[in-house]
Amino acid sequence: MAVTNSNGAIRGFDVQAIRRDFPILQQQVHGKPLVYLDNAATSQKPKVVIDALVNYYTAVNANVHRGVHYLSQEATADYEGARTRVKKFLNAVDESEIVFVRGTTEGINLVAQSFGRTNVGEGDEVIISAMEHHSNIVPWQILCEEKKARLRIVPINDDGELLMDEYEKMLGPKTKLVSIVHVSNSLGTINSVEQIIAMAHSHGVPVLLDGAQAVPHTKVDVQALDCDFYVFSGHKLFGPTGIGALYGKRALLEAMPPYQGGGDMIRSVTFEKTLYNDLPYKFEAGTPNIADTIALGTAIDYVTSIGYDKIASYEHELLQYGTERLSEIKDLRLIGTAKEKASILAFVLDGIHPHDIGTILDTEGIAIRTGHHCTQPLMDRFGVPATARASLAFYNTKEEIDALVEGVQEVLGIFS
Amino acid sequence: MSELRDLYQEEILDHYGKPRNFRKIENPTRVLEGYNPLCGDKYTVYLNLEGDVISDIAFQGSGCAISKASGSLMTENLKGKTKADAEELFNAFHQMLTRAPGEDYDEEKLGDLESLAGVVEFPMRVKCATLVWHTLRGALQGREDSVSTE
Ligand SMILES: Cc1ncc(COP(=O)(O)O)c(C=O)c1O
Repeated sequence: MAVTNSNGAIRGFDVQAIRRDFPILQQQVHGKPLVYLDNAATSQKPKVVIDALVNYYTAVNANVHRGVHYLSQEATADYEGARTRVKKFLNAVDESEIVFVRGTTEGINLVAQSFGRTNVGEGDEVIISAMEHHSNIVPWQILCEEKKARLRIVPINDDGELLMDEYEKMLGPKTKLVSIVHVSNSLGTINSVEQIIAMAHSHGVPVLLDGAQAVPHTKVDVQALDCDFYVFSGHKLFGPTGIGALYGKRALLEAMPPYQGGGDMIRSVTFEKTLYNDLPYKFEAGTPNIADTIALGTAIDYVTSIGYDKIASYEHELLQYGTERLSEIKDLRLIGTAKEKASILAFVLDGIHPHDIGTILDTEGIAIRTGHHCTQPLMDRFGVPATARASLAFYNTKEEIDALVEGVQEVLGIFS
Repeated sequence: MSELRDLYQEEILDHYGKPRNFRKIENPTRVLEGYNPLCGDKYTVYLNLEGDVISDIAFQGSGCAISKASGSLMTENLKGKTKADAEELFNAFHQMLTRAPGEDYDEEKLGDLESLAGVVEFPMRVKCATLVWHTLRGALQGREDSVSTE
């Protein structure tokens, strides 16, 4: 925990200074200051990240891993430098355990297609949970259908917390993989991932964590967690779209077949036999997304320079404030009330559809997301077709929460 | 904000709160479900046809104020009308929702459907206003699967 001084401010954390790092936040929308509360969908980018992209294309652009010329060496050094940053960021043992992918979705699909198709057979089981994003449901459905395997779903309680007893009962000799979200995008629940992993490992079962919503808010240490796979998206971590990373324990990645074939992933090719390249290149076929990878490295530097202890303390305060303010509103029901929660304020209003809430807030310059948030089974679980979701980042302020609350009051006024 | 007031007119909120023809028709000639996967709006449109005439029309389901009010207004306007009338009204309605700034629309033909004219300022909401209409048109064409706005 970061140190707070007497008026509650977090020492060394100046939210106004941080806001100035993000050009888009200075903008007006419909004549009102932008209140961006849709960070779980994608986060905004600090100027250093934008500059990294511009600089790459202005001064460095060349293909990586295959040129002897100056620019190619520069580009390769910057690209591999980003891998080292991700390695440190997740505290992986080695760079070879970091595979660049398009994002969380591609990372999960890679594991499902490569690890899954080799290790999951007829009658086997893969465990996910009731709060998964579609990207951690559908790849497993495809795999299980192909292999005649069974997808098992850990249920949740009314607060949006996993029922750990049910989970433990599901684990057994048929279980080949557990794939669970670290922090839920629809509820904000922070799952007890240490416990999830320990239980799975006691049955010799590896665990994949979907960290898309975790890395923007909490420090992740894959060695301390002892997780087997970890995936995240750069664009939710203040970096560009189109880039993310998959961490896998080296022994697992070594044993897995390639995901895609092409250039860069091979050592030698003849029409009789192709030898695959070493890790992590075995999983990086074709010219990679060089510019965005480098800018992801910059985003990681930016976030870590602020410091996760300060980010967590500040966001905790913000979430608490938002929860209190929204709870004061009669006819408002918060969806997702787990004890351990991050950054998400999802709610429904009695008799008012989230879509109408979203439209009215938008006219006040307030950006929230309305809908099922790619978690339709979860909406069914709570008996709502959709929710309105405000999702916070460290650049949001209490004043913005006040604007949200006023906006919701306006919605209620219109519908009263 | 005036655009918002135009969108959420009293008439719309009234139809949303007390939707007309919001019921099931038993043994209808035609029935079809419409779904907007983006926001989860889901309605079923029921029709009784006598020849080309819509002798009864009703709908049920859940969704936002715009989609539900649109269903209520549509069913009120189409009872006793022919298939051709329905198509003509849909075209006028659709033109009103997607008209260019300054462009007119057929107030006379549209009658109280005009209360949805404010949707034009909210392009994201056009699909809400047209969901039940697309469902109706699918039903009139004899479709039996479901209609999706995507
Ligand atoms: C929990 C979670 N998992 C996975 C994803 C998919 O991420 P992406 O679309 O960046 O691949 C998201 C993004 O919405 C998410 O919130």
